[in-house]
Amino acid sequence: MSALHTRTLSQLAEGLRRRSFSSVELVSELLARIDKSQPLLNAFISVTAEEALAAARAADRTLAAGGGGALTGVAIAHKDIFCTQGVRTTCGSRMLDNFVSPYDATVVAKLRGAGAVVLGKTNMDEFAMGSSNETSFYGPVRNPWNPQLVPGGSSGGSAAAVAARLVPGATATDTGGSIRQPAALCGITGMKPTYGRVSRYGMVAFASSLDQGGTLTATAADAALMLREMAGFDPRDSTSVETPVPDYVAALEEPIAGLRIGVLAEFFDKGLDAENERCVREALRVLEGLGAKVTQASLPHLPLSVPVYYVVAPAECSSNLARYDGVRLGHRCEKPRDLNDMYRRSRGEGFGAEVKRRIMTGTYVLSAGYYDAYYLKAQRVRALINEDFVRAFKSVDVLIGPTTPTPAFPIGAKTSDPITMYLNDIYTIGANLAGLPAISVPCGFVQGLPVGLQIVGPHFSEARVLAAAHAFQRATDWHTRIPVGYA
Amino acid sequence: MSEWETVIGLEIHAQLATRSKIFSGSATTYGAPPNTQADLVDLGYPGVLPVLNGEAVRMAVKLGLAINAHIAPLSVFARKNYFYPDLPKGYQISQYELPIVAQGSLDIVLEDGRSKRIGIIRAHLEEDAGKSLHEGLPGMTGIDLNRAGTPLVEIVSEPDMRSAKEAVAYLKKMHTLVRYLEICDGNMQEGSFRCDANVSVRRAGTQKFGTRTETKNLNSFRFLERAINFEVARQIELLESGRPVVQETRLYDPDKGETRSMRSKEEANDYRYFPDPDLLPLKVEAALIEAVRATLPELPDQKAQRFCSEYGLSPYDAGVLTASRELAAYYEDVVRAAPSDPKLAANWVMGDLAAALNKGGIEVSSGKLPAARLAELLKRIADGTISGKIAKEVFEVMWSEGVAADAVIESKGLRQITDSAAILRAIEEVMARSPAQLAEYRAGKDKLFGFFVGQVMKATGGKANPAQLNELLRSKLRG
Amino acid sequence: MALTREQIASIATLARLDLTSSEIPVYQESLSRILDFIGALEGADTANVTPMAHPLPGLTQRLRPDVVTEVDCHERYQLNAPLTAAGLYLVPKVIE
Repeated sequence: MSALHTRTLSQLAEGLRRRSFSSVELVSELLARIDKSQPLLNAFISVTAEEALAAARAADRTLAAGGGGALTGVAIAHKDIFCTQGVRTTCGSRMLDNFVSPYDATVVAKLRGAGAVVLGKTNMDEFAMGSSNETSFYGPVRNPWNPQLVPGGSSGGSAAAVAARLVPGATATDTGGSIRQPAALCGITGMKPTYGRVSRYGMVAFASSLDQGGTLTATAADAALMLREMAGFDPRDSTSVETPVPDYVAALEEPIAGLRIGVLAEFFDKGLDAENERCVREALRVLEGLGAKVTQASLPHLPLSVPVYYVVAPAECSSNLARYDGVRLGHRCEKPRDLNDMYRRSRGEGFGAEVKRRIMTGTYVLSAGYYDAYYLKAQRVRALINEDFVRAFKSVDVLIGPTTPTPAFPIGAKTSDPITMYLNDIYTIGANLAGLPAISVPCGFVQGLPVGLQIVGPHFSEARVLAAAHAFQRATDWHTRIPVGYA
Repeated sequence: MSEWETVIGLEIHAQLATRSKIFSGSATTYGAPPNTQADLVDLGYPGVLPVLNGEAVRMAVKLGLAINAHIAPLSVFARKNYFYPDLPKGYQISQYELPIVAQGSLDIVLEDGRSKRIGIIRAHLEEDAGKSLHEGLPGMTGIDLNRAGTPLVEIVSEPDMRSAKEAVAYLKKMHTLVRYLEICDGNMQEGSFRCDANVSVRRAGTQKFGTRTETKNLNSFRFLERAINFEVARQIELLESGRPVVQETRLYDPDKGETRSMRSKEEANDYRYFPDPDLLPLKVEAALIEAVRATLPELPDQKAQRFCSEYGLSPYDAGVLTASRELAAYYEDVVRAAPSDPKLAANWVMGDLAAALNKGGIEVSSGKLPAARLAELLKRIADGTISGKIAKEVFEVMWSEGVAADAVIESKGLRQITDSAAILRAIEEVMARSPAQLAEYRAGKDKLFGFFVGQVMKATGGKANPAQLNELLRSKLRG
Repeated sequence: MALTREQIASIATLARLDLTSSEIPVYQESLSRILDFIGALEGADTANVTPMAHPLPGLTQRLRPDVVTEVDCHERYQLNAPLTAAGLYLVPKVIE
């Protein structure tokens, strides 16, 4: 029996069902790996070893009795942005360092209902704001492919954990690319569903009209399995849609012959690293080889997507983070002189610099006199970007291109200028603005570092997007590569 | 003619009488122990989201229909951002650019009997904040979030009122209306119905509005009147002495009868309104509007008009009787049982009954004196069994002992004397013992007629039929 | 788009963020940079375009039935509170 950690989520689910091994064996092995990796990778903020072993034992009993759900006994981790009852939920922030959630996010409850065993909460950029996992109060996460480099963000902990095979799958969130970009930089598969597909109840809000919960796994098949269990209407979330969830796993084998692929001119701009481009174009040839048809497409307003995002997301976050005021929960400063002092120092101490920067940007663009010029303007351009996508999807089924402009960069390399960091999301943000499903899959290496291929589909086309990714992964083996030292 | 004109607009916050809160499933009952009715959504916990209570929407539509307003087919919830400990999320979910109700009006009756139409700019849905408690906590304030999330409808009038009395009339009318519609219990002490007054003055004849101040949280009609009058006087005094009126928020101090400035002036409030991304646009379709319309009761104005035409009442009387749906229903029950004299019934309900209810601090719906009982009393007046004056005595006993009119009349022997012979005997007796007054009267002192009426009434224990007494006395005195 | 110290201070006040005087220029610089970057939107032709507040067009708000579903959990919730007494959340005295 090969080491369990090299098996994919789907393989593990199958193996547990067959009783080839036990959940306790799996969980024990992974907990040991996590423990060993922490000093270097720092992928986890909390490890819930006791609870995990207890849950594993219970899962084994269920499996022995012939019962169980789709993920019974399978180990996963949750990005520390999902509220987990009785377990610390920090969002990577000092503000919530002492916060133990009294409730489970809907996503957490659904995955538990499917039988998954949670090993812990993963590290992340503070309040999901970042593209490198360098803004966490708990220290940066390192890329398993090269510990001097960032894993991407904001879901850097979940991505590093899956890439290093500490867990076969982890939940994550994507507001501007925070699932797909780390997936690309870590050589794994990251899926962001359509807005409203996965409940946001219990998923701490950053930018409400952009946030979506999704998956980080080794393969698209794993993503299909996990997403199928996570997705679905939630009456506690007004933005959750009632569209029924297809069986993404059953739909994986849908052949892609005839699939119309649009390649965006705007995605192949001067910011794209030449080697990244080479990997992506090679991937497109593979897809053509499978019968897909590649044509040119254009989203003329797409270059404005990053400026739009950096108006809308800060605006929404400035309001979403106002509840962190030291009154009912979270960090409160020592010996407040008066109410105003309590607010200012609790928030000043509790939040890191990037969060403060975005709160202030958001406060500014919403303030009297600036609302029209910034916020409304941005939402109008957002509408134009959306229209571009709608128009494009009339003649293509999916849009494919690079996930990121470059491979992983060194820790500390882009922290001095926020704009340089923001431009990491240049290819991913459009899908958030338009609420579209998008996946990143590994498609090659540049000097030993992974490159990601992004596939974007129209609303609620997850099945097709996953099938296209799955077809690519059947024809390639990039997704099977494990970083040195973690194999 | 005053050289100054007062301009008043009112913002009313009415708590909607839903069972659960507007965005969460917490209970809305008043008076629960602190924070026992505040769930994760009300507390603004990380990750929670609002879900809209359909009943709050229906109630807002009901109000909109009752004030002849436009019901927006699509309205939007917006966040009003500011920091205050009783506002857990750091923003209040309200409606800003696109409210659910707009362009309505409410007619009030002025003191001189004229009707005036007060415009209503808008009414929108929003959530209430929690409460701050200062007593018994040295140096600290205690926050109770039970009230946070209770649905409110905020009703904004045009600045159409020109005096404190008009403002009170409008507030009273709106108070009556929301209770008629059963969308708000109107309990001002408990804070279910609150009012902010925007007051400014300008020189008579000018078009431009003066700088206005906002006086918040007036929770009684009396406080509203006094606060406005104080503000008007204060503003006039400032302007007449060459000083400007500062645009600010003020609080009314009921003990001193004064308003004082509330927030420090440096804290300009920039609420940074923007559409709440956690809520989708609210669609109100014709079907919902018609379903709500079907539940509208007869409104106060319609009912008052009907009372005028059906019962021959004056507009003033009709207005008093229709001030509450319960009182109006009571009155109609009385008239149904004693239909011969609706005006008499009106006088009794507005007079003796209302006074007794007031004194006892109870509502007409308490059932202390059922309508059928009062009707019996009125029938005894109408059929001449007792006089109106005696009836008041009977009423007292009925009220305090809970017995029927006939029982009181019998047991106390209060039947009216209608036997002419008996009355004549009493008249002759009085005349016999009052020779001086008789002589004066016959000499021309007509005023003494009242003396004789009083004496005869006294001699008959108040029971002589007044009309007969008058007729017989006149002829006997003539001699 | 260069922001002044006063503007940064006033934004920080609106957002209730304590900034030391040495932090102000740091945020002044980065915020100004960001606003310059955002300024690219100015040139876009958005005449007659409806602002897009939600990524899924045409959807409208669902209504919930008026039913009480929550029970009192304040003791559990207040385990997270910095300071409470008699069931109340305590803050430094608020003067109105």
